[in-house]
Amino acid sequence: MSIKKLLFAFIVITLASASLQAAKLRVGVEGAYPPFSWKEPDGTLKGFDIDIAYEVCKRLNRECVLIEQEWDGMIPALLAKKFDTIIASMSITAERKKKIDFTIKYYNTPAGVVAKENAGFARSNEGLKGKRIGVQRATTHQCSAEKLFPDAELVLYATQEEVFQDLAVGRLDAQISDSLQAVEGFLKQDMGKGFAFLGDMIDDKECQGIGAGFAVRKNNAILRDSLSTAIKAIRADGTYKKINDKYFEIDIYGG
Amino acid sequence: MEESKSRTFWEYLTYISENKSPLDFVLVWDHIDRFLWGALLTLEITILALLLGGVLSVPMAIARAYKHRWLNFPIWCFTYFFRGTPLLVQTYLIYYGLAQFESVRESFLWDPVLSSAWWCALIVFTLNTAGYTTEFLRGSIETTPAGEIEAARACGMSPMTMLRRVVLPSAFRRALPAYSNEVIFMLHGSVVLSTITLQDLLGAGRWLNGRYYLAYEGFITAMLFYMVLVFIISRGFSLWEKHWLVHLRQRESETGAVAARAG
Repeated sequence: MSIKKLLFAFIVITLASASLQAAKLRVGVEGAYPPFSWKEPDGTLKGFDIDIAYEVCKRLNRECVLIEQEWDGMIPALLAKKFDTIIASMSITAERKKKIDFTIKYYNTPAGVVAKENAGFARSNEGLKGKRIGVQRATTHQCSAEKLFPDAELVLYATQEEVFQDLAVGRLDAQISDSLQAVEGFLKQDMGKGFAFLGDMIDDKECQGIGAGFAVRKNNAILRDSLSTAIKAIRADGTYKKINDKYFEIDIYGG
Repeated sequence: MEESKSRTFWEYLTYISENKSPLDFVLVWDHIDRFLWGALLTLEITILALLLGGVLSVPMAIARAYKHRWLNFPIWCFTYFFRGTPLLVQTYLIYYGLAQFESVRESFLWDPVLSSAWWCALIVFTLNTAGYTTEFLRGSIETTPAGEIEAARACGMSPMTMLRRVVLPSAFRRALPAYSNEVIFMLHGSVVLSTITLQDLLGAGRWLNGRYYLAYEGFITAMLFYMVLVFIISRGFSLWEKHWLVHLRQRESETGAVAARAG
């Protein structure tokens, strides 16, 4: 085979695979945020976000490629086109909207503070003064903690699992996270024994946003709108309820 | 008048920084105090670990070099473990690993020491640098020139005096260039601090990235700080070497030396 033919074959293959690529939807997921996403020992990804992602790809008729990404690099990775959308329980907030675009929400659960039962301090800036509060870095909870409890000592972690671990062993006095995630990932587990929510859920729209959506790059309205349509369809035809009930006792779609 | 002029200039700079510049330097400047505190923590733990590890390594290196009957093998195991496994894994093992045991959490060591990320880091870093320093100090002791030892014997020095006055000073001097590498490696290794919640230099960078959803501003700023620190360290060591190793340097002019002797 001559060089020219080889080159030609190479170009054809490249173009063919590129056009196939267009049919794939690359989804950024986290994999360390049970029960929304976690990794089985064999490496497969599981969880609410993962099921939703596969369902959405099905509706869009595109093959799903799940790409794992550490949380604090999620938005930079989307901007760097490592994937096309983020399906990772990302709250829709004004601060994030400066950088990226969101679909409609696909669930909305409030955030809460978790501490030892009968912790002996109030959930206020005075009560938590000097206390060690753990949050996952680059989350809405970091935002809320800095805003609501400026006198507390903020301790930042890369994953939510590490926050729970350190709360359980007593390195933290309290932690802030999604309430549902705190129940399923911690309070219901062995290590969460003797812990409870401290006070009511956090009411902080500015930091917490209006629920979790899928993130897309700006100027990508076509993808954003087709994803939003898919969310509505999944919600309307009962598929959402099926996925929801696999993980949760309540409907997490929220108001 | 002057006031409003400077404000517009600052506004102009902010505009450039946010919209035109690839790196939002005004944002970095606004949070520069976090980087300074981070640098302080990085230096604090690195320097303390180097001091403590250095002190630990001297007796261990002597025991290894003279092949002490009972101590040689355990120390070899110790250095092999700390040189043979990554610093990150060692740190995780102490910080996250030990905490899983109820007995550790209830022991007297938990409250002031093992529950604190700062102490965990200091312990691991100290042992790690002690492992490396022991081995190259041992090498340095073993390669003491035979002539120096003969001379010391000829003066009638006891083994202890010889160790104190000849072998160790000579070994320290010859180990100095290798030690400057160890110091720089420790500084670079200290980024592990940010993985166990400590706000070191890299931690400050990750905080900035996390807070404003940036990709690299925090990392580049941290990098610049590390470069400055390394520059200062290597300058310091080259001055120290000039001072300490003056007797090992090539004479600049042989004739000058002869003339001096004749004079």
